[in-house]
Amino acid sequence: MQFALLIYESPQAFASRKGDGSDAYTGAWRAYHKALVESGVFVGGDPLEVPETGTTIRIKEGKRGVQDGPYADTKEQLGGFTILELPSLDAALEWAARCPAAAYGAVEVRPLAPETKRRIVE
Amino acid sequence: MTGSDDEKVHRAVERVARESYGRLVAYLSVHTRDLAGAEDALSEALLKALTAWPRDGIPQNPEAWLLTTARRSLIDFFRHQRVVLDSEPDLLLLTRDLTEDTLETNYPDERLKLLFVCAHPAIDPAMHTPLMLQAVLGLDAVRIAGAFLVAPKTMGQRLVRAKTKIRDGGIRFEVPEKRELPERLDAVLEAIYAAFGIGWDDMAGADQRGRGLAEEAIWLARVLLQLMPDEAEVQGLLSLMLHCEARRAARRDGDGHYVPLSEQDPKLWSLSFIEEAECHLAEAFKCGRPGRFQLEAAIQSVHAERARSGRIEWTAIVRFYEQLNRVSPTIGIRTGYAAALAEANGAEEGLAVLDAINQDAVSAYQPYWAVRAHLLQRLGRSAEASDAYDRAIGLAEDSAVREFLLQKRS
Repeated sequence: MQFALLIYESPQAFASRKGDGSDAYTGAWRAYHKALVESGVFVGGDPLEVPETGTTIRIKEGKRGVQDGPYADTKEQLGGFTILELPSLDAALEWAARCPAAAYGAVEVRPLAPETKRRIVE
Repeated sequence: MTGSDDEKVHRAVERVARESYGRLVAYLSVHTRDLAGAEDALSEALLKALTAWPRDGIPQNPEAWLLTTARRSLIDFFRHQRVVLDSEPDLLLLTRDLTEDTLETNYPDERLKLLFVCAHPAIDPAMHTPLMLQAVLGLDAVRIAGAFLVAPKTMGQRLVRAKTKIRDGGIRFEVPEKRELPERLDAVLEAIYAAFGIGWDDMAGADQRGRGLAEEAIWLARVLLQLMPDEAEVQGLLSLMLHCEARRAARRDGDGHYVPLSEQDPKLWSLSFIEEAECHLAEAFKCGRPGRFQLEAAIQSVHAERARSGRIEWTAIVRFYEQLNRVSPTIGIRTGYAAALAEANGAEEGLAVLDAINQDAVSAYQPYWAVRAHLLQRLGRSAEASDAYDRAIGLAEDSAVREFLLQKRS
């Protein structure tokens, strides 16, 4: 089954993305990504641009509302996602614990919903 | 009732729960074979204590009070259930000396039976440690779930399922017979060591919960040794854990950076822990039945020797690993053997051992990649070393270890 790891990062973590690639942040992520790929569990995923680049839109009673910034105003913000193919939630939690963000932010593990998708797509 | 009295009662309840939880659960469940029922009855009694003790004062013998109260609620429960016929004798046993409160202080210690039940072969091995932590130490499912990286709801369900199996599956609360004892004892030791391992790995940052778990495991081993003083492997396990625990303060430097064992400052090791570990190991070796835990403790003992001699006898470590390999050929042992062999005879020999390990088995085993990277780097095979470092970094859970390896890689 497939799981999404939703990666929440602190402002410091977002700031440390600006390195030239030889920094610890990038090194840890590069190694983690490699371990996922070489273990054959990686399906897909991407980092997201920093939260300030987000724009949130809502339509309430026909009225458009547009807000600068991310949907939720929390200290840690969604910074990216990874989709993994794994046999169980236990295995997904193990990979989530190895995710660099688990140490400085938070990683939420959510199963994908293939049944819902099937109903929508068919 | 003042605030400080309230606090006093809370502390008294906590203390008796901490010290007597396992003994009480063991005694209550041995007759009914109903672990969940015994735990429920005890938590109910603990709750009652919180209201009764401030009102009536803390009883002379808090443990006896809890036992009597828990037994009453168990009996009520059974009566309510119109208990099935074959449980009647158990019920009688439970009611027997209910009024003779003086007897309560001398109730038998049944924890050994409970430990063997928790690590019973009919129970999923993955659940042995969680069951033990809950039934003998009284840890809640949420905390156990955190330690085992399992969703709390799932851990709760698994614990319930395991307990149902104990109750309905005819698992007997008894110490195994001599002929099956070694194997059954091994499962108990493994379960205790697993708790220690989690506590050990988990000490990474500010989270002190992991540290607690290592201490709980040592405490469990002490209980076990008290109940089985003649078992060499119990001594071995306790020795092994004490040796590791002795180094806790040396595992990180002042800035929280990871320090590998061979670079630790022996002055930071706890001498009293080492001494105690050495005593247990000497006792164990007197029995003349070397086993996995004694051998692992012996390896740690060689490392501890550095505090006196200033050097590590790698050839001695290699010899212990060779023996270990015969009794317990796990990937962890193979990896440790490779690392020791590299120190004793050169990186090439160590690497050959690593190459011989089935690659599927190590694809997510972090220590293998860390050792491999180190040996490749020593051999000057830097491109391969970088790849192995990446793998080790990507699989690391402890951010201090991750940083250490990142630095080594560059």
